Amino acid sequence: MDNIVVEALIRALAVGTPLLLACLGAIINERGGVVNLGVEGMMAVGALAAFAVASSSPDANLWLAVGASMLAGAALASLHAVATVTLRANQFVSGLALALIGTGAAGLLGKKFEGLPLFNKVADWNLGGFVINPFTVAALLLAAALAFYLNSTRSGLTLRSVGENPAAADVLGVNVGAVRIWAVLAGGSLSGLAGAFLALSYRASWADNMTAGLGWIAVALVIFVGWRPLRAVLGALFFGFLYYLQFRLQGNSPIPTEVFNAMPFILVLVVLALAGLRGQQGDAPAGLGRAYVRGER
Amino acid sequence: MTQPQPASSRPPALELRGITKRFPGVVANDSVDLTVDGGEVLALLGENGAGKSTLISILYGLYQPDEGTVSLGGQPVRIGSPAEARKLGIGLVPQHPLLVSRHSVAENLALGGGQASRGGGLFPARGVAGRVRELSEKYGLEVDPTARVSDLSPGEKQRVEIIRALLGGARVLILDEPTSVLTPQEASGLFRVMRELRADGRSLIFISHKLDEVLDVADRVTVLRRGRVVGGVPTAGATRESLAELMVGRGVDFTRKRGAALARGEVLLDVQNLTASGSRGLPALRGVGFTLGRGEVLGVAGIAGNGQSELVEVLAGLHPARGTITLDGQPLTGGAEARFQGGVAHIPEDRIHSGTVPSMTVADNLALRGYGRSPLARGLARDLKATDERARQDVEHYSVATPGIHTPSRLLSGGNIQKLILARELHGQPKLILAVHPTYGLDIGATDQVHRVLLERTNEGAGVLLVSEDLDELLSLSDRIGVMVGGELRGPFPVSEVTRESLGLLMGGAHPHSIPGAGQGVVA
Repeated sequence: MDNIVVEALIRALAVGTPLLLACLGAIINERGGVVNLGVEGMMAVGALAAFAVASSSPDANLWLAVGASMLAGAALASLHAVATVTLRANQFVSGLALALIGTGAAGLLGKKFEGLPLFNKVADWNLGGFVINPFTVAALLLAAALAFYLNSTRSGLTLRSVGENPAAADVLGVNVGAVRIWAVLAGGSLSGLAGAFLALSYRASWADNMTAGLGWIAVALVIFVGWRPLRAVLGALFFGFLYYLQFRLQGNSPIPTEVFNAMPFILVLVVLALAGLRGQQGDAPAGLGRAYVRGER
Repeated sequence: MTQPQPASSRPPALELRGITKRFPGVVANDSVDLTVDGGEVLALLGENGAGKSTLISILYGLYQPDEGTVSLGGQPVRIGSPAEARKLGIGLVPQHPLLVSRHSVAENLALGGGQASRGGGLFPARGVAGRVRELSEKYGLEVDPTARVSDLSPGEKQRVEIIRALLGGARVLILDEPTSVLTPQEASGLFRVMRELRADGRSLIFISHKLDEVLDVADRVTVLRRGRVVGGVPTAGATRESLAELMVGRGVDFTRKRGAALARGEVLLDVQNLTASGSRGLPALRGVGFTLGRGEVLGVAGIAGNGQSELVEVLAGLHPARGTITLDGQPLTGGAEARFQGGVAHIPEDRIHSGTVPSMTVADNLALRGYGRSPLARGLARDLKATDERARQDVEHYSVATPGIHTPSRLLSGGNIQKLILARELHGQPKLILAVHPTYGLDIGATDQVHRVLLERTNEGAGVLLVSEDLDELLSLSDRIGVMVGGELRGPFPVSEVTRESLGLLMGGAHPHSIPGAGQGVVA
């Protein structure tokens, strides 16, 4: 019995890691007032970039692979930044496009990497008997750092203000557009990092559609955790656990696999329903989802 | 126009020379000259569209003037943005506070740097709190730095804006219609602060429609009309009448618009024990009951958010409630359309967004009530000829200034949009007229016309429920006045038994018994 609980926890942490990384990224851009639904796409290009670098030679630098994933995520996010901040396009439509472009481009460019071996993967750390993945450690530290950044630094206050009331920040000389662009890029790089975890550690391979809906869950998770980084840790763990449960059930049950394939999206609905029940929508930054135009009320 | 010069030859703290600003089709400011000295309060007076807002926007760096110069202490300056204005020592206290509601007062004040940004990048709110307390004490600006802005009253939010301007080092402080959201008591608190700031050598520009306040707090008045300065006088020796004449260009009658209060006639509307919850599920109405007689104007005063909006929406059929409402002996039930046909007209609070569809034409907006019925429809089809015909009549009868009946209503001024709404709502002889802030933001001319139309209807036997934040309007039109406090109705009291001051105290939550002379005889 103990073993099952421990294993469940370990697996929940593992699946929870990309959820947490992507969720923290989305918290950054959403606290700045920009919704980015393209997490799934940014995660996919991040995974591909990491795998491409890591599989290029037997002694490839894994740090370089991680850096590539973050750059790739940020590069894709830059399309969203230009479209929604500079050109003031609809954030939801642009984000959906980003998800499709990202997964599509990664699938196309990734064909030649399918089935290739990874020379060395990011191995788990054994901390005095407790085995933990470096990505998980990084994600947990990032959550704490982001909480501190948002609540206790001047720059974090500026970011939150831009997300709540961009007009108020603008009048005080804050460059609303620049803050939002940086927030979108930061969010994209963390989504890319989530992809790197999948490619370099969790799956240690590249396959088309390997993100498997995790990005969509992360988008919904932001709402579930009320845009708070520390709550995101618990939220990611919880949904990582549900995701793990799905794998366990898949093996020995009469339920058709199509139902399990639909699971990530059912989870998204569950996340939103739970958030709605707790009245969480009211925690959204007041300026979320709307382009800022000076002089418009 | 020469302004009185200070005794010394020191240059004025702020000087505008020949400021001209043109917009397509309008000259908003036409070679405006204006000076303010240190330690002086200048009132800027003018009707809507006189060019006050444009002038403020130029001073605060939101617009660039087409011609003319702005000088601070004798030095010509270019003000490219609000942030630059703040650096130059010009602060604005906007009419509607521009604050992040979810953040604390200190966090709001720490945003954007300025003098408040001392102490590096960590814990920005901590450094500010001390400075806020300092300023609070020095000028009597009471605010708790740790409070959330969303929990503050309008007066407190305004104090946060004043503190923000002072933290930014403002020597020239512009207050844009600061008293429009305050009770009379809060307003006199603000005036005390303004006098402290003046004593400290700062320059204040005070924008207001309210002539009594201008006479009370300002040293000098500059009057704008149609973009030009038409007069500048010291307040010593000026009167309400002389200022109003300068502002409007003709004499204005300040006597009560309504004659003696009406003897209570037959009951038209009977409201008993009305209870409703607000948008956040909190109780918005707690057992409200009153009667309204035929031909009576019942004024409802109160600080925004005390249930006035909900009361009107419940009566108009837009908000669910428990309790009984009887109109003309019949229970008043059903949705908004049924109630309109039953004789309830509604002049809503937000005239642009709830009162009209801004992108639709004047004619279609006028037809919003009843476009599906004869005479505006035949069977399933609208009768566009009849619609246009009625629109032409309405536009003429209510003198709505519009380029044509097929012009989108968003192009109309506030006063003309309000006349359009009156024309539409008053079709078919309503028995009960619910009017919410009917003249908010309108100039003296349009206000006069709206008041006349409402009073005409009372002569024909209609009852008017008038919700307003303008106490002068309530005192000038109402037969009785009630005050909404926390979802309860205090009163109503006959208008002869209340004053601005007693209404102000009631709005602030004082109990009627504790106010000398305030309608003891009426409260059971």
